[in-house]
Amino acid sequence: MAMLNFEKRYRVRGGTLTGGDLFDFWFGPFYVGFFGVTTLIFTLLGVAMIVYGAAIGPTWNVWQINIAPPDLKYGLALAPLKEGGLWQIITVCAIGAFVSWALRQAEIARKLGMAYHVPIAFSFAIFAYISLVVIRPVLMGAWGFGFPYGIISHLDWVSNTGYQYLHFHYNPAHMIAITFFFTNALALSMHGGLILSASNPPKGDRLRETEYEDTFFRDAIGYSVGTLGIHRLGMFLAVSAAFWSAVCILLSGPFWTHGWPEWWNWWLNLPIWR
Amino acid sequence: MSAFENIYTQVQVWPEKPELGVAGVPVEREKGALFNYLAGVVGNAQIGPIYLGTLGVLSALCGFIAIEIIGLNMWASVHWSPIEFVRQLPWLALEPPKPECGLCVLAPLNEGGWWQMAGFFLTMSILLWWWRMYRRAKVLGLGTHVAWAFASAIWLFLVLGFIRPLLMGHWSEAVPFGIFPHLDWTAAFSIRYGNLFYNPFHMLSIAFLYGSAVLFAMHGATILAVGRYGGEREVEQMIDRGTAAERAALFWRWTMGFNATMESIHRWAWWFAVLVPFTGGIGILLTGTVVDNWYLWGIQHGIAPAYPHLWPPVIDPAATGAVQ
Repeated sequence: MAMLNFEKRYRVRGGTLTGGDLFDFWFGPFYVGFFGVTTLIFTLLGVAMIVYGAAIGPTWNVWQINIAPPDLKYGLALAPLKEGGLWQIITVCAIGAFVSWALRQAEIARKLGMAYHVPIAFSFAIFAYISLVVIRPVLMGAWGFGFPYGIISHLDWVSNTGYQYLHFHYNPAHMIAITFFFTNALALSMHGGLILSASNPPKGDRLRETEYEDTFFRDAIGYSVGTLGIHRLGMFLAVSAAFWSAVCILLSGPFWTHGWPEWWNWWLNLPIWR
Repeated sequence: MSAFENIYTQVQVWPEKPELGVAGVPVEREKGALFNYLAGVVGNAQIGPIYLGTLGVLSALCGFIAIEIIGLNMWASVHWSPIEFVRQLPWLALEPPKPECGLCVLAPLNEGGWWQMAGFFLTMSILLWWWRMYRRAKVLGLGTHVAWAFASAIWLFLVLGFIRPLLMGHWSEAVPFGIFPHLDWTAAFSIRYGNLFYNPFHMLSIAFLYGSAVLFAMHGATILAVGRYGGEREVEQMIDRGTAAERAALFWRWTMGFNATMESIHRWAWWFAVLVPFTGGIGILLTGTVVDNWYLWGIQHGIAPAYPHLWPPVIDPAATGAVQ
């Protein structure tokens, strides 16, 4: 049985969000629950549609498989199955699976007496996905503005969409998002490195306490945010990266249709320069 | 259920005296610490003391010289107008030498010589700072994991500004200093070499960058969510497992069938973050030196999809091997 030696006393019934005792059990290491079942249904249906889409497509090469959204002529209507209808069903399944997964995380957090930080953090990623395939297409009036499902084809979409605005690096929200992504990686490396350095001191030395961690970063950069603070900072940086990524693509099209370099003209034309 | 949701620190307790660092370390720490309310809302309220040291002072000095060279060159480029300097700052650049310079030791100052000097002092500053991070860890009897993670970022920096230009035979291949100019360089670089999205090491670097965000969201959120059980005392929990570590582990085990431990999650974190610039540096180093066009590389290796309903298939003459 896939159980850790301390696990048994945590495996108690109750604390579910819905359904009472329905599906309130474990399968191997996994908790099932009502939302585990809905996750499974959406995932199986979505993956089946992807495989079906690949089967009627021209290739089984995993890099080249592409399930495109409907043509722009279908607007916000349902499209025939082989002309983007599959993409629409997969999108519904993906959103269903992601939201079910977040609710399942909330249920597991309840069972373990934890706070809801994980599902809240995950909801930012879901928001970014929904921005790309629902909010922006709806604002622009066609599902065809969603991104295609495929390993390389989604990169082509990012590239093409970026150049439609001439130079996407000039998008201010994109700048903020990238800055959060890079800062997140920096903070992650510093936190991971610090904890490993305290728990893996030179051979023969004893484990280092928190005072050493604080002293190291105070010595180095004049501030140690502390054991609790680094996790607040890390979660903030990570969810901000997802949030501003969503903002930067929602701005492009619905709210700004020119090249992004041109957007900065407001700065050059500020009255204070006269 | 408990109302403790661990979003910010609601009650701050400040000691009478700031902590001046661990005892038994051969460093005299001067006073120079203060408490800040806003810092205490998120993390520790104490700011400072900072350690200067020879390496730190030299690093700061080199960094200051580099910034001065860059800033004064930019200011000169707008004919020393303070207003135009501020107005045009995001567009201003200090460009590397022209292609004719090749790998010349010092180009004429106004044709890339200042760029070379700024690059030299910036590199010195960064290397001295690496040495400082390494020394601080050694002095405190810690492992040197932070310094080696920093070395990975330095690798990418050196590839962009030194190693790849060296292999290409021109300093002009390097990145200019400037806010928008370095973005222009990035876009031009990608287009020149056939779209960097087809570069597999670029793919890896981005995957690790996004993966780092996923990992820090997962890890940060998990530790905050078990904050009511003292989950943030991570090193302690490695050797003396408490209910916080047990709940954090079970959360992920029940969610995705697998869990890290209090120590291993930090190994995941370190590797993901370190591999971002490490793989990225490999991708840059191969571009133009080994591979001239990543899109054609993608076609050759069968990863580039065709869109026959949008564009009828065209055989690129370069893909036949005639040019490459």
